[in-house]
Amino acid sequence: MSILDSKIPKGPLADKWTKHKNTIDLVNPANKRNIDVIVVGTGLAGGSAAATLAELGYNVKTFCYQDSPRRAHSIAAQGGINASKNYQGDGDSDYRLFYDTVKGGDYRSREANVYRLAEVSGNIIDQCVAQGVPFAREYGGLLDNRSFGGVLVSRTFYAKGQTGQQLLLGAYSAMNRQINRGKIQAFNRHEMLDLVKIDGKARGIIARDLVTGEIERHSAHAVVLATGGYGNVFFLSTNAMGSNVMAAWRAHRRGAFFANPCFTQIHPTCIPVSGENQSKLTLMSESLRNDGRIWVPKKKEDAEAIRTGKLKPTQLAEEDRDYYLERRYPAFGNLVPRDVASRAAKERCDAGFGVNKTGEAVYLDFAAAIQRYGKEKALTSGVHNPTKEQITKLGEEVIEAKYGNLFQMYEKIVDQDPYKTPMMIYPAVHYTMGGLWVDYNLQTTVPGCYAAGEANFSDHGANRLGASALMQGLADGYFVLPYTIGDYLSNDIRTGEIPTDTPEFDQAEKEVKDRIEKLMSASGTNSVDFYHKKLGKIMWNKCGMSRNEKELKEAIDEIAALREDFWKNVKVLGIADGMNPELEKAGRVADFLELGELFAKDALTRNESCGGHFREEYQTEDGEALRDDENFKFVSAWEYKGEPKDAVLHKEDLVYENIELKTRSYK
Amino acid sequence: MGGLIKSSIARKVAMALSGLFLVFFLLQHFSINFTSVFSPDLFNELSHFMGINPIVQFALQPILIFAVIFHFVMGFILELQNNRARAVKYAKYNGSANASWVSRNMIYSGLVVLAFLGLHFYDFWVPEIVYKYVEVNPEVPTRYYEELVHKFESPIRTGLYVLSFVFLALHLWHGFASSFQSVGFNNKYAVGATKFAKAFAILIPLGFVVIAVIHHFNH
Amino acid sequence: MNLTLKIWRQKDARSKGKIVDYPISGVEGDMSFLEMLDMLNEGLIEKGEEPVVFDHDCREGICGSCSLQIDGEPHGPDRFVTTCQLHMRKFNDGDTIYIEPFRAKAFPVIKDLMIDRSSFDRIQQAGGFISVNTSGNTIDANAIPIRKEDADQAMDAATCIGCGACVAACKNASAMLFTSAKVSQFSLLPQGQVEATERVMAMVNQMDEEGFGNCTNTGACEIECPKGISLENIARMNREYLKASLKG
Repeated sequence: MSILDSKIPKGPLADKWTKHKNTIDLVNPANKRNIDVIVVGTGLAGGSAAATLAELGYNVKTFCYQDSPRRAHSIAAQGGINASKNYQGDGDSDYRLFYDTVKGGDYRSREANVYRLAEVSGNIIDQCVAQGVPFAREYGGLLDNRSFGGVLVSRTFYAKGQTGQQLLLGAYSAMNRQINRGKIQAFNRHEMLDLVKIDGKARGIIARDLVTGEIERHSAHAVVLATGGYGNVFFLSTNAMGSNVMAAWRAHRRGAFFANPCFTQIHPTCIPVSGENQSKLTLMSESLRNDGRIWVPKKKEDAEAIRTGKLKPTQLAEEDRDYYLERRYPAFGNLVPRDVASRAAKERCDAGFGVNKTGEAVYLDFAAAIQRYGKEKALTSGVHNPTKEQITKLGEEVIEAKYGNLFQMYEKIVDQDPYKTPMMIYPAVHYTMGGLWVDYNLQTTVPGCYAAGEANFSDHGANRLGASALMQGLADGYFVLPYTIGDYLSNDIRTGEIPTDTPEFDQAEKEVKDRIEKLMSASGTNSVDFYHKKLGKIMWNKCGMSRNEKELKEAIDEIAALREDFWKNVKVLGIADGMNPELEKAGRVADFLELGELFAKDALTRNESCGGHFREEYQTEDGEALRDDENFKFVSAWEYKGEPKDAVLHKEDLVYENIELKTRSYK
Repeated sequence: MGGLIKSSIARKVAMALSGLFLVFFLLQHFSINFTSVFSPDLFNELSHFMGINPIVQFALQPILIFAVIFHFVMGFILELQNNRARAVKYAKYNGSANASWVSRNMIYSGLVVLAFLGLHFYDFWVPEIVYKYVEVNPEVPTRYYEELVHKFESPIRTGLYVLSFVFLALHLWHGFASSFQSVGFNNKYAVGATKFAKAFAILIPLGFVVIAVIHHFNH
Repeated sequence: MNLTLKIWRQKDARSKGKIVDYPISGVEGDMSFLEMLDMLNEGLIEKGEEPVVFDHDCREGICGSCSLQIDGEPHGPDRFVTTCQLHMRKFNDGDTIYIEPFRAKAFPVIKDLMIDRSSFDRIQQAGGFISVNTSGNTIDANAIPIRKEDADQAMDAATCIGCGACVAACKNASAMLFTSAKVSQFSLLPQGQVEATERVMAMVNQMDEEGFGNCTNTGACEIECPKGISLENIARMNREYLKASLKG
């Protein structure tokens, strides 16, 4: 057995969490006042954790690089949040949500964690409603649900196409309440540059005030990292421009193991890349797949005619269209999980059926849904014998009510009217299932350093289902971490305030300053973005939707060489002791250049295809992923040893006692 | 009072309420003036009543004067505060892209109306007060109509009068309808109320202008 | 296309700034406004000049980070978009474009086009929340039915992204639309009505303290709001405030 102890409680699956909560140590309210906790990142996981910890009585300091906690990238999540409330009476349960999530993750997640997630999911909805989150409702005044990919029930709660925004504003309001009470000190426009360890325990961070450039020391009894994912290692992704891996990577360098870095989610419904100057990709909510049908032309010559603008998609007859998801996966159709839908789109485009100028796009068509809803609406609103125009108009109104903001966004970006012509979509990097390795208590391998939300690896295995990220972020922050951290902090009630004038802080601060100095003085010729774009190209081409041994090996070498070049030839203008976004970017890209290599190494080690990780060598005859449970039913946790190539692999074997491992099928 | 105007919303409501009061006064003033067009006797009778009624003279008149002063003083204070709220101005500010000229220039239309009020006080109110309370002349119930007609003999004064009412119309065009929003009245009935306010903003000043022009040419 | 950019450059909060002209060529219609600025910055870095600093993050119109007064209008001439989703196809070859920070005393400039909007945070901290514990021991989510119409209206108010375009557009630099959106969201929901009196008083007081101007109902905020937040919210807040004042 390896040195990884997942600390999963004994006993039956459904009782583990309750039993665990009953037996772990607590900190009494009077003592909580003497304990400080640092929370880095203020998205759903960090914001909710900070608010809850402060409410429990701890002194909380929050850090975010944005100018306000409300702007963390959780805000961009569109579709919804899952919960096993079974309000629709369609047979949902904690077990079913648990089962769907483990299966959706292609059996690479931890049973106990996922079951706990399902167990607390209902609480999240109660909590959010109490906070004033305006979820969508039915006419009877009760909450509405919709369906998402990879499941057979309707369990997704939503607030138009802005669910992430509303949930984040809920967590932010809970934070505000604590800021108002003086229990949270919010350090906005601050970036964590290093983790400080004292006697092996996480005891603080070094942060940079992004406005003044000042390097600050902050101490605490525990540090929570809720800093999101590392999708921006691909340069182009649906992440925010500032999303980065620095906090997690700095913790990794200080001893926190990094788990499954190669598990990345490529989201199938994004707006295709339009040109070389593009800075980011925009997601169109997966909820669109409830009503949109995905297709490409059946014949290559039609696809070519469309690409050159000679043919319009609306002119193509029904029998000349290939609804390839419905063809390949009749049971789930357009609602197959994300990894499956993305790969299928890539397969069609690679085969020459792509429909935009670059040949890297497929259609998402609402014409059928508009007609269907139009007829329904005509019937319910008493219009007899409606004309085709009437039906279309009514149908468009229904679609607008459901997805209006998404359609508007598409039109603004692409300059085409998606009510009249099908949308064009293509997969894009969206979410990273990998992250810091944590045990059942969400503690990393550094005592006192916790990771929550997308920043940890725990719940989604090799592929995340839609509407599960919001659920996990809030579950970790509101309902898991505040309890489990108490178990650790109960040993700290006599510690007293942690001083910052210690050699450990001196050393960490010096290292941070040296690194900044090195970046500023590399009198090179290339901008930071130059390197970031190059790295992104390598990642997308060789570690993207499908991977193979040869290209992964190339990627490892190329990234290492690029990293070396970066430190010699990067050009960072401006000053270190003031606002300098170029310097911020440089620090982040430097860490991406290390992570990228570990990413490729992890992908190379995993000789199987599972979830978002597709190795070309391991597929069935009809192109489906071929998992290898015998040899790879484990979590890869990497230990830092200097260069990424020297990282040491530790395996946490995944034990399935409640679910039978099966080949994932959505046919 | 201090508490009532301490916050920006309270000041806004106070502006709206004093404005609404002035709108009401304007309607009343217009109704009486309008009688002068068709019945000098009725005009004299009403003016006489207003001139000697103690409630009008010693209760409503001071309230009116207070409302006028309050509305103007508050208007200036707000303008100053609003100016201070943007210390550095834009090099390019495209105000017409998102708001009407009138709504952005209430201070100027207001200032013209204020200047006019000065003239109006000088023309009518001051002589009236001097006549009644300083010189303590005997009350002649039929003098009002003649005084009115006499004032509109001068084309310059009539011209100024007309111009002022154009600005009053502009001021009311934004001010009257906007007062509903200020007091929190914005529902399905507000659409109708706004239409009424806009119509009022045009018709009442126009009515004043018509009265002045008629007397100018009829004297 | 070729453009002339007139950009506000300011070294830091204490320095004086000025408008500097930058010609730029090779701009494509499919680029977003910020991608156009990225391109300008790449060119500046190449020449060894310090790039223009501006706030941005999600680049999909939801985080509210990006700002910019473009040709005298917040988020530029297009409607219902933030600057990150404003596309260059809205401009013509040869155009001169003014790019300035959002201006308000309560939004001091940090550097170039980057501003400090923490005043908005403080307004929210004053009362923009419902005082429930996050412990999860709340009542079931479906225990209190809420009229769909109310829930939808609350949602419409809650879509505010806190970008500050309302303040930037307003000739008085008033923050009424922002503040009223939050007040409205809560006053429309039964959960929020419990603390309605205290909330509106506290938030309006904080708003005034921050030095925003007074609302004069010009309606510019509503026109320029990238999320289409309605003026009805301001009327509702006025109402809520009056109610609260009378209650004392």
